[in-house]
Amino acid sequence: MQEEKALRALIDDVREGRLPRRGFIQRLAAMGLGAPVAAQLLMHAGVAQAADNFVYKPTKRGGGGTLKALYWQGPTSLQPHFAVGTKDQDASRIFYEPLACWDNDANLVPILAEVIPTRENGGLSADGKSVTWKLKKGVLWHDGKPFTADDCVFTWEFAKDPASACVTSGVYKDVVVTKIDTHTIKVTYPKPTPFWAMPFVAAEGMVIPKHVFGPYAGAKSREAPGNLKPVGTGPYKIIDFKPGDMVRGELNANYHLPNRPFFDAIEMKGGGDATSAARAVLQTGEFDFAWNLAVEDDVLKRMEAGGKGKTVIVPSGDIEFIQLNITDPWNEVDGERASIKSRHFAFSDPAVREAMSMLVDRKGIQDHIYGRTATATSNFLNAPTRFRSGNTRYEFNIDKANQVLDAAGWKRGADGVREKGGKKMKFVFQTSVNTLRQKEQAVIKQSCQKAGIDLELKSVTPSVYFSSDVGNPDTYGKFWADMQMYTTTMTQPDPERFMDQYLAREVSAKANKWAGRNICRWVNDEYEKIYAAAESELDPVKRAALFIRMNDLPVKDNVIIPLASRTRPYGAGNKMALVLSGWDLAFSTIHNWYRES
Amino acid sequence: MGPYLLRRLLLAVPSLLGISAVLFVVLALAPGDPFADLALNPSVPAEVKAALRAKFGLDDPIWQRYFRWLWAMLQGDWGFSFISRVNVDTLIWQRVPTTLAVIGASQLLALAIALPVGIYSAVKPYSWFDRIASSLAFVGFSLPTFFTGILLILVFSIKLDWLPFVYRADLTSTGWAWWSEQIRQSIMPVTVLGLFQGASWTRYVRSSMLDVVRLDHVTTARSKGLAERVVVMKHIVRNALIPVVTLVALTMPQVFGGAIVTEQIFRVPGIGSMLIDAILRNDTPVIMAVTFVFSCLVIFFNLVADLLYGWLDPRISYN
Repeated sequence: MQEEKALRALIDDVREGRLPRRGFIQRLAAMGLGAPVAAQLLMHAGVAQAADNFVYKPTKRGGGGTLKALYWQGPTSLQPHFAVGTKDQDASRIFYEPLACWDNDANLVPILAEVIPTRENGGLSADGKSVTWKLKKGVLWHDGKPFTADDCVFTWEFAKDPASACVTSGVYKDVVVTKIDTHTIKVTYPKPTPFWAMPFVAAEGMVIPKHVFGPYAGAKSREAPGNLKPVGTGPYKIIDFKPGDMVRGELNANYHLPNRPFFDAIEMKGGGDATSAARAVLQTGEFDFAWNLAVEDDVLKRMEAGGKGKTVIVPSGDIEFIQLNITDPWNEVDGERASIKSRHFAFSDPAVREAMSMLVDRKGIQDHIYGRTATATSNFLNAPTRFRSGNTRYEFNIDKANQVLDAAGWKRGADGVREKGGKKMKFVFQTSVNTLRQKEQAVIKQSCQKAGIDLELKSVTPSVYFSSDVGNPDTYGKFWADMQMYTTTMTQPDPERFMDQYLAREVSAKANKWAGRNICRWVNDEYEKIYAAAESELDPVKRAALFIRMNDLPVKDNVIIPLASRTRPYGAGNKMALVLSGWDLAFSTIHNWYRES
Repeated sequence: MGPYLLRRLLLAVPSLLGISAVLFVVLALAPGDPFADLALNPSVPAEVKAALRAKFGLDDPIWQRYFRWLWAMLQGDWGFSFISRVNVDTLIWQRVPTTLAVIGASQLLALAIALPVGIYSAVKPYSWFDRIASSLAFVGFSLPTFFTGILLILVFSIKLDWLPFVYRADLTSTGWAWWSEQIRQSIMPVTVLGLFQGASWTRYVRSSMLDVVRLDHVTTARSKGLAERVVVMKHIVRNALIPVVTLVALTMPQVFGGAIVTEQIFRVPGIGSMLIDAILRNDTPVIMAVTFVFSCLVIFFNLVADLLYGWLDPRISYN
């Protein structure tokens, strides 16, 4: 690969000081790679990071009053390893910390770690099977006991134990954590693991104290008093917690970072709905911060006109997309609807899929429905930018779609609907109940009509659609419709877990109770080979190239139609100074938040 | 009266068993899963979710789960929430004070409006006062609380910026400052609920007053030359209140049950908002506990209403 060679040369230039970081980023931009890629490549190569644009100005700890955060879903648990949603992870993150967190450019930032392990500093082994973390010294738990390697080892034992019923057990069950000395641990993986930053990192990596939870490991985990009264290392100490309603914390005078935190106290209030949460921050200024403002952009803009707050839009890897069913969702084959062995009467024809892709007005959907909160895209994998393919295009062209369908032998009938071999182009298009999605459905239905395709729009209540209820025919996992649309979330800055959605072993079927992640049931040998190669590829540049090739396969086969790369909109008071990361919790940077005077 | 009470209490047992069985079956048949959030999180493998379900006994047959729940409940163990893993009784007790304060205050407000307005309207029927009061009462109970709630927020929080629209159960201030903050944040939710309830009660008070005004004993009292005040208070109101007292007694369980919509709008951490959260997340132990306590209260207050009848009207006997 020529590009690969050029890239390596550039990285060396930066390391030797022949090329400034800024220059490197510009060159990469010329190669079609964004700034975050550059940072990630440099970081992996052990080139020191430049300081973030964010400058922490306060020169002393405390004095900032109370930070009031509003979450329209109330936090229900303060035990990070029991957290069922972001709201609980965020609430736990006020008190607990991981060894490192992800910044917005998908770089690791040390929190309880002394440094980020790299190949250069000996933290990463050459075979990719182990990582050695150096822990920060002098960190104290809220009760004054020192934080050591024992706590990390304990966290691993606690989380991996099936009896503790931890939500994070998937991250810890296959690794082995050993103590090297009081402030060094080694995480060993069963096989070479390019994406090693899972245990002890970000939302699932919060370390819990052995001396508090030790007696409650295993079956008694639910009874631990620490579940309601967390003892962590974070910038705030618990005052009280009412599940589903309110979490209150006060400044931790022993916090391990200087001059932090700025606020004397923190309040996290839960409940209500997203629109009124936006109002409380943007319009009335009653609160300083609001989480996940899933509100139409027009409404947000109107509220911002009040001048009390602003919408903070954080890019993410989440993607709103359409899946075309290439199996037959209406008839049973081997006792199963949408069996992988069956074929869809229209969508198994590549020409029809191509036409469908041209009938979706992505730009229009972005401009008129999502506004600032999503960007039209032709890729399934959009972020971090180093994984974004430059090889795909999207086109909205009804005439061309008509030509393609004509050429493929789909003739218009008397009612204007195309048909072939007695089968009419009438498709059921399902999604969840959501004002934005119903608008998207309408836009697509309209253009399909002009191409002689009749869409029957169906919307299912989210609690049913996104459930894993085996008895219900309307779940997204079953996909018993011709097409469907939803957003799939990318929770990590590495696409390995994200791109497993097109693997043969993940095909959603009766045998796995429709829990498989490959919901559109598209299977491709080449994809399998590339995925297998990426799983063990330790070189980040080569790995990124593999993921780009993976993205291109289902996209160019038009079995999925990516629509919009979504963002996470938050609300913040005008005077709030904060950075948020799309790859970590909103509160992952909470120690750095302050209010301008 | 003793045997009557005993009979009623014994009858309550099969009713409660029936209610709990129906609730449990309906919840078990309803779609959804307490761990649905996890299903959308790709870093939580399906095995982990399956293990959690197995651990909390969600995969067992319905009848097994029901009897396990019933047996624990009989021993005073309310179970724990699948979502927060906190004991259900703890969760409920945390929310009782706020619920009682907000809903209780709104019921008092409703009574304070309904009684005088209803009585005065009935004493002077079809007067200007009566017409205005009746029209307002119609408007009052025709407007749903989600509408009046949002209207009040728009006017008093956004346009005028006088009142906060997020209710906080744990205010940090003390003394007079606490009272002032508490009253300021309670005004809107209490008004919304109180006016709604008060409007419909006003109609009840008025119509039951009108029924009594026509009776012979009232004419007799008037012809005896008693003062109008005495006639109204002693001879009319006391008799007219019998049905009203029943009505009020029957709405008492709501004071505990909370007001789902209003609590959601103003973020009042009451039982109602806990119930709706639990329903949305399929948190069966919490839903069961709240609805079960609610049905106990309904049965109990029905009994109280029946007993009150006898006290207010000695003609009713319990034999």
